[in-house]
Amino acid sequence: MRKIFLGCILAILTSISTSIYADEAKSVAADPVLEQRVHAITEELRCLVCQNQTIADSHADLAIDLKNQVREKLAQGMSDKDILDYMVQRYGDFVLYRPPVKSTTWLLWFGPFLLMLGGLAFLAWKLSRRESDVADLPAAEMQRAAELLGASSETKESL
Amino acid sequence: MKRFLLPLIAFVALVVFLGVGLHRDPREVPSPLVGKPAPNFSLTQLQAPEKTISPKDMEGKVWLLNVWASWCVACREEHPILLDFSKLGVVPIVGLNYKDGRKEGVDLLQQFGDPYQLSAFDADGRVGIDYGVYGVPETFVIDKRGVIRYKHIGPVTPEVLSDKLIPLIKELNRA
Amino acid sequence: MIPELGNFSVILALCLALIQGILPIAGSFKGNARWMALARPAAAGQFVFVTFAFACLVYSFVTNDFSVSYVASNSNSLLPLYYRVAGTWGGHEGSLLLWIEMLAVWTFAVSLFSRQLPEETLARVVGVMGLISIGFLCFLLFTSNPFDRLLPAAADGRDLNPLLQDFGMIVHPPLLYMGYVGFSVAFSFAIAALMGGQLDAAWARWSRPWTLVAWMFLTLGIFLGSFWAYYELGWGGWWFWDAVENASFMPWLVGTALIHSLAVTEKRGSFKNWTVLLAIIAFSLSLLGTFLVRSGVLTSVHAFATDPRRGLFILVFLAIVIGGSLTLYAWRAPKVGLGGKFSLVSRESMLLVNNVLLLAAAGTVFLGTLYPLFLDALNLGKISVGPPYFETVFVPLMLPVLLLLAVGPFVRWKSASFADVLRRLRWVALAALVFAVIAWLFFAPSPLVVLGVTFTVWILLATASHMIERLKHAPVGTSLWRRIASQPRSYWGMLVAHAGVGIFVLGVTMVKGTETSNDVNMRVGDTTSAGGYTFRFTDLQQVTGPNYTAMRGTFDVTRNGSKVTTMTPEKRLFTVQQMPMTEAAIDRGFSRDLYISLGEPGDKGTWVVRVQHKPFVSWIWAGCLIIAFGGFLAASDRRYRLHARKRAQAAVPVRPANVLA
Repeated sequence: MRKIFLGCILAILTSISTSIYADEAKSVAADPVLEQRVHAITEELRCLVCQNQTIADSHADLAIDLKNQVREKLAQGMSDKDILDYMVQRYGDFVLYRPPVKSTTWLLWFGPFLLMLGGLAFLAWKLSRRESDVADLPAAEMQRAAELLGASSETKESL
Repeated sequence: MKRFLLPLIAFVALVVFLGVGLHRDPREVPSPLVGKPAPNFSLTQLQAPEKTISPKDMEGKVWLLNVWASWCVACREEHPILLDFSKLGVVPIVGLNYKDGRKEGVDLLQQFGDPYQLSAFDADGRVGIDYGVYGVPETFVIDKRGVIRYKHIGPVTPEVLSDKLIPLIKELNRA
Repeated sequence: MIPELGNFSVILALCLALIQGILPIAGSFKGNARWMALARPAAAGQFVFVTFAFACLVYSFVTNDFSVSYVASNSNSLLPLYYRVAGTWGGHEGSLLLWIEMLAVWTFAVSLFSRQLPEETLARVVGVMGLISIGFLCFLLFTSNPFDRLLPAAADGRDLNPLLQDFGMIVHPPLLYMGYVGFSVAFSFAIAALMGGQLDAAWARWSRPWTLVAWMFLTLGIFLGSFWAYYELGWGGWWFWDAVENASFMPWLVGTALIHSLAVTEKRGSFKNWTVLLAIIAFSLSLLGTFLVRSGVLTSVHAFATDPRRGLFILVFLAIVIGGSLTLYAWRAPKVGLGGKFSLVSRESMLLVNNVLLLAAAGTVFLGTLYPLFLDALNLGKISVGPPYFETVFVPLMLPVLLLLAVGPFVRWKSASFADVLRRLRWVALAALVFAVIAWLFFAPSPLVVLGVTFTVWILLATASHMIERLKHAPVGTSLWRRIASQPRSYWGMLVAHAGVGIFVLGVTMVKGTETSNDVNMRVGDTTSAGGYTFRFTDLQQVTGPNYTAMRGTFDVTRNGSKVTTMTPEKRLFTVQQMPMTEAAIDRGFSRDLYISLGEPGDKGTWVVRVQHKPFVSWIWAGCLIIAFGGFLAASDRRYRLHARKRAQAAVPVRPANVLA
């Protein structure tokens, strides 16, 4: 009986002690909401040292410094746009992974849609001209084709 | 008939671009600060912590700002060249000791010689960021009115000196 | 000794390539049967010598021959055997030899499996492939020889990049190159057709299986690259719109357009010169990819160490091959006829729309990848074009593709009725709309998630509906198996591949739209959570691997109190290159992945830990595999398999030669 009692005490004490010393892990950031914004901005910035990562992901010294600067400036109340401008002032457009929309990048930003619309328009025009251009295969050929096709059943409505 | 030539024409244009691209360095980041006033700062001097240095102190002169650090291997390459150049007295060179330890920086200058009129001590790299520094060493040419006129990325070589820096300095001195 | 043999073997291969590239083609124009007959043996011989050379290089790696410069740069005596083999293609020179090996394999395969091709055509096809081999072999021998000696020999090698010491390295490059190089077959068929001035449905039938197989390999290769990056790089991303990734995606997009276009040319004889142009473009993009990776014009984590001289060589080669083929196209294509007639609403038109959209997509990727170079070359400044750009433009471009993907199979060949298609799809459309409303209730703040999920349902239901319609269409009493078997494999290939796209879209939508991650400082005993799962850090130990030491963390994962699994992420330090690397722990599941990676250690025994909950990410991988399987099914269709065709033909007498379709 005593053993059971002691066992229970031990169990209770153990569970209390583990919950005292084991913590819900603290977020890396003091302020998770701010950190989200830091993350969003730094995902748009290119690490200048390795050049293949965002500042959010890079472990380079400069990237960490810049990340800290972003955090500070956000905490001071600077807007997202102002922070990006701050970076561009120092490093140029190269630091932005989302290229700014300016005269030199109009082709880049509008090109894809022009390609798609232009392609579809060209296609529509060609197809409407085609109706009048193309003659179907001459009758004798069609007959021969029908005979051959009749012989192999797999070609009906196949791909 | 003509439209069948379009793919070929487009391709030729592409090849021309790629050919030009072969001679460019995609990793080099040009500075947007060229033509703009040198960002202001007030830092302690590396070898004299009780004194400060700021770009305003250099107004009226053409000068070089050279970003260096004791941990930077490429800086060792350019060090003797800067040392020789400083002895010519063509232009004052101010160092920006970037993200370094004060002791390490001073020790390096003692060991290898000091080409700098003085060095500013930028321990946390904030001033470096203001100048758009992303890789050490970097060298800025600043004119008499404090405007950045040129930025060289990487170690200074004798060719860079003779082809780019010295002619520019001479021109700025005449102005 | 062995490296010298390998080197010599490459030289012999070049000699054979010269024969293979020049004589058969010349013979095909002169009617010289002896020259044309050289094609097959030359291809076989080239295959033997290139394979032998490749084996010599592998041997040098396996035996740790550090007197070979390339081996010394990419291997190490502590490297496990299977990575020593994979290290063969870990650098520029060796991966180039791998490219050449793949080309030799494809050429040999074409020479073996093309008994039904007219001698002229085979001579030209194999000849063009020979010309391409000449270019690559010269490039290897003159600028990038993997057999160059390092004297005095290094005591030990500089080790394979730790990021590459992974199973992915063993499979990803070979499969990817099989795809890239495989498009050279379609290309060669196209050039052969332009040379002969004869472009007909037969040509399309011959090209199509080869193109499908190449496309399948490329799909698998790209999938593996993505899958590998996901678990290897440690932050849970799987596509970065990196220049080299884009370089593989562009030929895939054009290749997809090509296999659809080939379907039309084969069936109806239409789009002939468009299909030829697509085949040229697809392979040109493969070659362009080779240039981009090895020349240094673009920054990329995948780029090999570069040398402008090499870049120039490849550029000249590119100019000759592509410029030559486009010149031939401009000259010969106008003579080719237009093919069968079709109306504005027809399967042919739908497939043309497919082509336009896919090419617009490829063009977009091309524009984004090369734009920084264009601006820089024009001295208009330096910009970066990264994921934010691509995601903004690519997704809207893909929406019409996803919409029409489901509709296409319902549109009849030659002439279809819009009303008929709508009628057959009305229930599917209704179901999709209902689903969209339900999805809106769950995922309201994210319209893209609602859209993605709706399109998935649309595609899967429409595909299923088409299948049911098709299976019903048989005499009453036919068994299900008979109904399934009576449909050609190319039909199943289409259904499976389209369904695969739907599944892929769901995976991408859910991961991008609803994943959660948490960056926390943890010490042993702490817990954190993500996506409804709780992660408890229970242990931290030092472990030793063959060529690294690591800190291994142990995490117990629970959900609603019950145990789910235990995960063990590691932070490794590779001894030779002194390079740290994080080895993420992933618990894969049908409906979600759990992802833990260790970051930097802090003070007082804390570690930065990132835990992620990624819903449906496995559907991305499943989708890709299903798409590739669809390609396989289509390629293995009876009409491409000689034995099967012969059996069928033996049963029913058919007029020989010049079979139209």
